[in-house]
Amino acid sequence: MKLLRSGVRRLDIWDLLLVGLLIVILVLGSLQSPYFLNATSFSLIFSNFSEKSIMVLAMMLIIIVGEIDLSVASILGLASAALGFLFAAGWPLGLAMLAALAAGALAGLANGLLVTRVGLPSLVVTLGTLALYRGAASIVLGDRGISNYPDAFTQFGYGSIPGTPIPWTFLVFVVLAGIVGVVLHGSWVGRQLYAIGNNQDAARFAGIPVARIKLLLFVVSGLVAALAGIIFTARFSSSRADNALGFELDVITVVLLGGVNIFGGRGSLLGVLLALCTVGALRSALGLADYPDQVQSIVVGVLLIVSTLGPNLVRRVQVAWSRRRVAPEQALSQRSTP
Amino acid sequence: MAPTPALVELRDITKRFGDVEVLHRVSLPLYASEVHALAGENGAGKSTMVKILAGVYAPDAGMILLDGAPVVLHNPAQAQRLGFAVIHQQPSLFPDLDVAENIYMGRQPLGALGRVDWRLMYRDVNALLRRLDARFDAHTPVRSLSIADQQLIEIAKALSMQTRVLVMDEPTAALSTREVEDLFAIVRQLRSQGVAILFISHRFEEIFDIADRVTVLRDGTHILTKPRAELTQSETISAMVGREMSALFPKQHTDIGPVVLEVRRLTRPGEFRDVSFAVHQGEILGFAGLVGAGRTEVARAIFGITRPEAGTILLDGEVVSFASPAEAMRRGIAYVPEDRYQHGLVREFPIATNVTLPIWRSISNWLGIVDQRRERAIASDYFQRLQIRATGIEQVAQSLSGGNQQKVVIAKWLATKPRVLILDEPTRGIDIGAKAEVHRLISQLASEGMAIIMISSELPEVLAMSDRILVMHEGRITGSFDRNEANQERVMYAAMGQGQGQVRHGN
Amino acid sequence: METEATIATQASAPASSRTLTRMVARVGQVRELGLLVVLLIVVAFVGVQQPRFLALGNIEQILQSIAIIAIVAVGEALVILTRNVDLSVGSVVGLSAFACADLLKTHHDLNLWLVFAFGCALGAALGALNGVLVSYAGIPAIVVTLGTLNIYRGIDFAIAQGKQVNAYDVPDSFLGIAAGHVLGVPLLILAAAVIAVVAAYLLRFSRQGRQIYAIGSNPDAAQIVGIRKARIVFTAFLLSGLLSGFAGVLWASRFALVDSRAASGLELLVIAAVVVGGVNINGGSGSIVGAMLGAIILGTIQSGLEILRFSPFWLQAIYGAAILVGVTVDALITRRVQRVLMAQRLR
Repeated sequence: MKLLRSGVRRLDIWDLLLVGLLIVILVLGSLQSPYFLNATSFSLIFSNFSEKSIMVLAMMLIIIVGEIDLSVASILGLASAALGFLFAAGWPLGLAMLAALAAGALAGLANGLLVTRVGLPSLVVTLGTLALYRGAASIVLGDRGISNYPDAFTQFGYGSIPGTPIPWTFLVFVVLAGIVGVVLHGSWVGRQLYAIGNNQDAARFAGIPVARIKLLLFVVSGLVAALAGIIFTARFSSSRADNALGFELDVITVVLLGGVNIFGGRGSLLGVLLALCTVGALRSALGLADYPDQVQSIVVGVLLIVSTLGPNLVRRVQVAWSRRRVAPEQALSQRSTP
Repeated sequence: MAPTPALVELRDITKRFGDVEVLHRVSLPLYASEVHALAGENGAGKSTMVKILAGVYAPDAGMILLDGAPVVLHNPAQAQRLGFAVIHQQPSLFPDLDVAENIYMGRQPLGALGRVDWRLMYRDVNALLRRLDARFDAHTPVRSLSIADQQLIEIAKALSMQTRVLVMDEPTAALSTREVEDLFAIVRQLRSQGVAILFISHRFEEIFDIADRVTVLRDGTHILTKPRAELTQSETISAMVGREMSALFPKQHTDIGPVVLEVRRLTRPGEFRDVSFAVHQGEILGFAGLVGAGRTEVARAIFGITRPEAGTILLDGEVVSFASPAEAMRRGIAYVPEDRYQHGLVREFPIATNVTLPIWRSISNWLGIVDQRRERAIASDYFQRLQIRATGIEQVAQSLSGGNQQKVVIAKWLATKPRVLILDEPTRGIDIGAKAEVHRLISQLASEGMAIIMISSELPEVLAMSDRILVMHEGRITGSFDRNEANQERVMYAAMGQGQGQVRHGN
Repeated sequence: METEATIATQASAPASSRTLTRMVARVGQVRELGLLVVLLIVVAFVGVQQPRFLALGNIEQILQSIAIIAIVAVGEALVILTRNVDLSVGSVVGLSAFACADLLKTHHDLNLWLVFAFGCALGAALGALNGVLVSYAGIPAIVVTLGTLNIYRGIDFAIAQGKQVNAYDVPDSFLGIAAGHVLGVPLLILAAAVIAVVAAYLLRFSRQGRQIYAIGSNPDAAQIVGIRKARIVFTAFLLSGLLSGFAGVLWASRFALVDSRAASGLELLVIAAVVVGGVNINGGSGSIVGAMLGAIILGTIQSGLEILRFSPFWLQAIYGAAILVGVTVDALITRRVQRVLMAQRLR
């Protein structure tokens, strides 16, 4: 941990701000409703965010290597549609779930190939697949919704571990978060990811298989989105073509708010977890106050912009502050570095 | 040459970056109708001087006088308006636009109704290009042009702006011999038109060919300014280097072992052709030549960054083909790249992480978790061996000096325990002290049995360090010399593509 | 011997540069030809299945939808040329459409010119916010416009509060605008044509227009040459917002029902049109003409699918596929051209 501190240390101020924001939201939320801060509502808050939580983990890795995946919500919808379609066609649920996961992985693979083989910018590719996969989900399922899922399945989706308020899906999240944490901060894979995001050429020259890693990450992103699709379907006991419309906003906001640099190379799991709590609590608090989803999105949109503006502003203030102590002509030259 | 007053005078120019003084009270005159060469080794301060004249940096002290009156250059556009133009090593153009627009962007001639007068622009630019004997016309998309042609565009742009002072920063670095000749013809033409030209170079052949007056900088200080006619090569060299050369390169004697790496008729169209050579255990094979000769390209092909279209690579007599740097690394080849900052380091990582980046396998357990103690141990070991000057192995690479950054990159590759080490311009941009240390290290590695290929554009370095020297010119090997038969003239001739000692394959 | 060689190379060199120029131009022409072919294929395919498609009255309907798309596409093209992207156009159109329709619902006698002015001003303000954040705060356009896409749509939703404005709520004169004609030419098409011509003219004949290309082609070089990058990028976003706002008013005039979901997802269609039309997603090259062609093609496909009773979900998939195909084709062409140029430079 100590050796990677140099990347993490710079975030400490940001983490503190985040904790502050979280506290404010929790206070406001509990003002809305006295039950806001108890265990049951925590589990409810998490439940509502269970799909986004795991998608955040995958998105984090993708942004760290300097790419982005806008299509995650659409892959979620596609997986859910595939699941519903196959289940309605008579497939055993387990097999249908596997097929849904495969669909997600394939969707991610397509993203990855277009980025790594054809060399297209991931922004444009995933913008296109955002539409393509959502359309595909609609074509598969049409206008209908599938909803006759077995109880055990839906229990997994919104139920808790018996005797505790902990949702099953929270377990899934904890396991995945644990893996990401260990991989990112403790293993050589994590180093390679940060290296790629920081300086792709140097990473390649050091023998890191950049293209292969990026391809893998896109597949993982698709797989995780598909898993989220399965959870979503279980939770609502329904597959519809417009499932999870607009989820990518929250997912990307959480990752950026958590201190992951949009250009890659920097970010920590701790910050992202804090941001996850913050945005999750925010949505819940606003929901309790009866603000509809789209209006909540105004706040999330503002957070998204602020989260990139913030570090930028902080840096500029620091530079301007240090420049005040220096003569004007020197200030001019200090703008550039050798 | 000029009892007349100087067109431009730089007086006591000083420039600091943090604690380092990159230029200290440098003064020099620029006369109209004169080519003034600015010479010096890497790190002497030439680039900084160029950036000051370009309006990118402002000097911390001293002033610039134009026609006897002080001027301040706030930014590149304003400097250009005052008549200062700079031709950079890497032209900065708009690839999607044509030549005419690149020259006139931002100041296109306006016709009726204030609209851009394309016809006038094309006519104007074509006339300019004809004056410069260009092989392309105003409509040509810039993306399709070579570096030499792009430089021509920058020159045409300078002409179109009534430039009075033209600064050329190592313009010949990426040019072929013929292109250099063409360039010099243009420079002479400009000179006859009254332009004052500041020509930056570290190659004396060029300096003594084109310059009327020479200034030598060393470590940011002005050493001398003399008319070229009154200057000798050795005087220039000693001014640039400033000390006895023999003390710089301590080469140990080594027993040369069997062939480790052999390359036969390696070819990559557009980069190099029919390259063949062999490197032995304990040998330092120097690769000399001018920039652009194709040496880096050969190294990249050997290391698996690119793939050759023809020819074979043999390691210990066995034919190999690397699809990626990772494969080459596994077989014991290491490549320390030319551009250490861009390609060699991950800036935000601490030294320790940079050093152990390629050897992750040996510092992690079966789960993939990094053993930080082992990482620290390895990093500290190299930290000592290479005498890296930093606050510790946790210091971030970005904040190290050039010389120490280079050591970190070398350490990284040494950690992979290579059998063949390819060094591309290992001492470029490093101060003299660090240079000597790197040379000592290279020599020591050779004596330990490593086969070393050293690509270098610095003749003295190549001559002093190598057991054998290969010279490349425009993608082919034009010379092969043993240590004792090599000298500066022979190597330079081969580097320029002519002369004795050629090794030509029947063609 | 050397002089002969010099003369020989000099004589051949200008020719090679001419061929290069010709080759690059030809690629552009082939592309536009290809687009026309695609258009013809689509029209033929739909027309064969449903001859009603080719009826004059229907063609006018198609052109009207295309007109609105085209107007927004002009703004998007300006932004993309500077190497940015504007994802918020759909939300701006929707917000402007609803706001203007609602305004007319509550103030029946409002001067229609004022309504247009309001829509344009609103759009300009929304676009200006994008511009400020991208140009002066240095936030990547993708992040800014992803955020404002949601913020503006949310505001739209908050204003609407679930209600809608339908044809009976607004004066007939307003509804007549979209259906109106001037000298036999549908008003919408005239508006789109005028806007396209003006934009194309400015891009070609004004210094600022050329600077847009420069910024997209090499932002660093643009800075060095003294181009005021921040100001121009800001203006591009402002114009994109303005045109979207204007299109929003036209949208409200054209469609009988306007609610807070109006123009949802329009950004995908518009970006697809621009990309298919040959504007490079990395900026620096492309033309308004191309963007218009793209708008025509995608608008025709949209209308065609509607007439053939395909579900609208197919459209989403097609927009996505169009973006992917457009960008891939562009990339492959550029790569091929580069390879040819590289080979030409062999010594």
